[in-house]
Amino acid sequence: MNHAVSAHPDITAKLPGWRATALFAALLLLLIGLLMRGIYLQGIHNDFLQKKGDARYSRVIEVSAHRGMITDRNGEPLAVSTPVQSVWASPSDVEANHRQLKKLSQILGMDVAGIKSRIFNVSRNFVYLKRQLPPDQVDKVVDLNIPGIMLQQEYRRYYPAGEEVAQTLGFTGQDDNGQEGLELALQELLAGKPGSRRVIKDMRGHIVEDAGDLRAPRHGKDVALSLDGKVQYLAYRELKNAVLSNRAKSGSVVVLDARSGEVLALANYPSFNPNNRSNTSIRSMRNRAVADLFEPGSTMKPFTIAAALEAGKIRPNTLINTENGVFSVGGRKIHDTHPEHALTVAQVIQKSSNIGSAKIALSMAPELLWKNFSNSGFGERSGSDFPGEASGKLHDAKTWRPIEQATMSYGHGISVNLLQLARAYTIFANDGELLPISMLKVEEQPSGKRVFSENTVRAMRDMLESVVSANGTAPLAQVAGYRTAGKTGTAHKLENGRYVNRYVASFVGFAPVSDPRLVVAVMVDEPNNKQYYGGLVAAPAFSKIVGAALHALNVPNDAPLDNVIVTPVDVMREEV
Amino acid sequence: MLPSSHGLNILLLFAVVGCALGLVTSQHKARKLFVELGKEKDLAQQMEVEWGQLQLEQSTWATPRRIGEVAERRLQMQTPGIGQIQFIRIEPDGQTKYQP
Repeated sequence: MNHAVSAHPDITAKLPGWRATALFAALLLLLIGLLMRGIYLQGIHNDFLQKKGDARYSRVIEVSAHRGMITDRNGEPLAVSTPVQSVWASPSDVEANHRQLKKLSQILGMDVAGIKSRIFNVSRNFVYLKRQLPPDQVDKVVDLNIPGIMLQQEYRRYYPAGEEVAQTLGFTGQDDNGQEGLELALQELLAGKPGSRRVIKDMRGHIVEDAGDLRAPRHGKDVALSLDGKVQYLAYRELKNAVLSNRAKSGSVVVLDARSGEVLALANYPSFNPNNRSNTSIRSMRNRAVADLFEPGSTMKPFTIAAALEAGKIRPNTLINTENGVFSVGGRKIHDTHPEHALTVAQVIQKSSNIGSAKIALSMAPELLWKNFSNSGFGERSGSDFPGEASGKLHDAKTWRPIEQATMSYGHGISVNLLQLARAYTIFANDGELLPISMLKVEEQPSGKRVFSENTVRAMRDMLESVVSANGTAPLAQVAGYRTAGKTGTAHKLENGRYVNRYVASFVGFAPVSDPRLVVAVMVDEPNNKQYYGGLVAAPAFSKIVGAALHALNVPNDAPLDNVIVTPVDVMREEV
Repeated sequence: MLPSSHGLNILLLFAVVGCALGLVTSQHKARKLFVELGKEKDLAQQMEVEWGQLQLEQSTWATPRRIGEVAERRLQMQTPGIGQIQFIRIEPDGQTKYQP
């Protein structure tokens, strides 16, 4: 005890002074270490903590951008994207009993085994069950409330006009990118670019602050086409009638604005439903009016005759010896369906004489004829920018033999697409200027390229108007209340290098003649119901389209309403 | 330290605390308003979607094909024949004139 008591005063004396100093130094070192670490974390190497901190409250969210709408020239929608939901599963999170799966399979229209194989495939962590569901089915899937089955918003494109404009508009794929037609050609304009932005969320997940756009979304632009919904419908309806009633393989029609070169309608039959492409054949997706080439036949004659008129070789009343229907060039014979002794140049057009046309062509140098054809837009693209447009074939004049020059004058040995052919007729509808084609709405009148003089064109118009008279090849192309003009074509088809007895019947014309507003080209491929002449197969469709379209566009009459003459029983026929 | 400057300091202290509280409230208000704005933006987005869908619906109901069918089948209408049409042209002076 004594020892303990006596020991007390000695404690401080016994502790050496260095211990306090050492402790102090150690604590100081620790403090400095902490400070350094603090400075290091907060000041020098602060990204890591910043990131961790941000991750607690800031989120980057995707801002979707929709694809632009395609409308007709009056703003009527032709293609609209609207959000739809797709159902997807995260296989490792799915918890569902058999009854739920059965219900799900009924809603989605899939078999249970198929669904099971997908949602229990744990090797993947994202699997689509069904894309682009209608809203009512989406509600039912939500009601099932199966963990691990989720929805994702996507866009789906709808085409209210359906099959009428199907090939022209084309369509988009699953991810709403253009795949065919104008959807593909206008992809740059139409496509939206999704953006993202950083936001600050509170603990309930509400966005409380905008921390700035990382990438601003770019919405797709709306595009107004040159098409007129009404005219397009009329054109498609009459084309369909013409193809079906003539039991033809297919048909196409092009309607152009004669003043601006805008495409008012472009239709093909057979067509497909762009809103449901499950049973669509590749054949019906083809935009024949621009992608297919054919030999135009007699619709080419006006360009031959106009070239000769322009060169001063002939006048409309020049008499041509048509050799009683048979004429041989270089050992090959050219025939006329209606043998005549002699015809004036105007009658060569009116009655579509091959011999007359061949003789006129042979009176010109090949280069001159070639130049006129080429200036009229043959052998080059129409400038519609349509994907897959065929440019057509116009061989170099140096390679022409006389027989080729003769047959080319009536449209054999040259190939065109229908849009090209329609465009070439803007020359006659427009005082001699070839207009550029546009699929988009044009605000300003485009300037054309002069091909023929006004005098030549005026003479040609008179001749083309005589084609639809009682003595011409196409009285069925007449329209009540309007003067029309045009040219028929009935061309043999080429198969493996030989001409066969299958035909392409066509009619290209314009109206009203006093002040042309529309150029319409109708082409029917392989009509197979007793008649195959352009004047009988294509001209009636032309007449119906022009009549209805001029009414729809409110174009004043330029002829009395009783101008349609009773058609003779035997319409003048022409071949080629 | 002078007593007057002491009072000033206390005053400033209260002012600082007041400002700080004000900042907190206004920040809170700003966030509330921002949430509100977000909701309205969502609504606008939804309405835009709905507008697109309505446009789609309208143009589907109003296709020329459907109008033609309804006119012919349900309303028993038909395209007038040549003898049934009379054109009236409006002259530049506003007068109307029958066309032959």
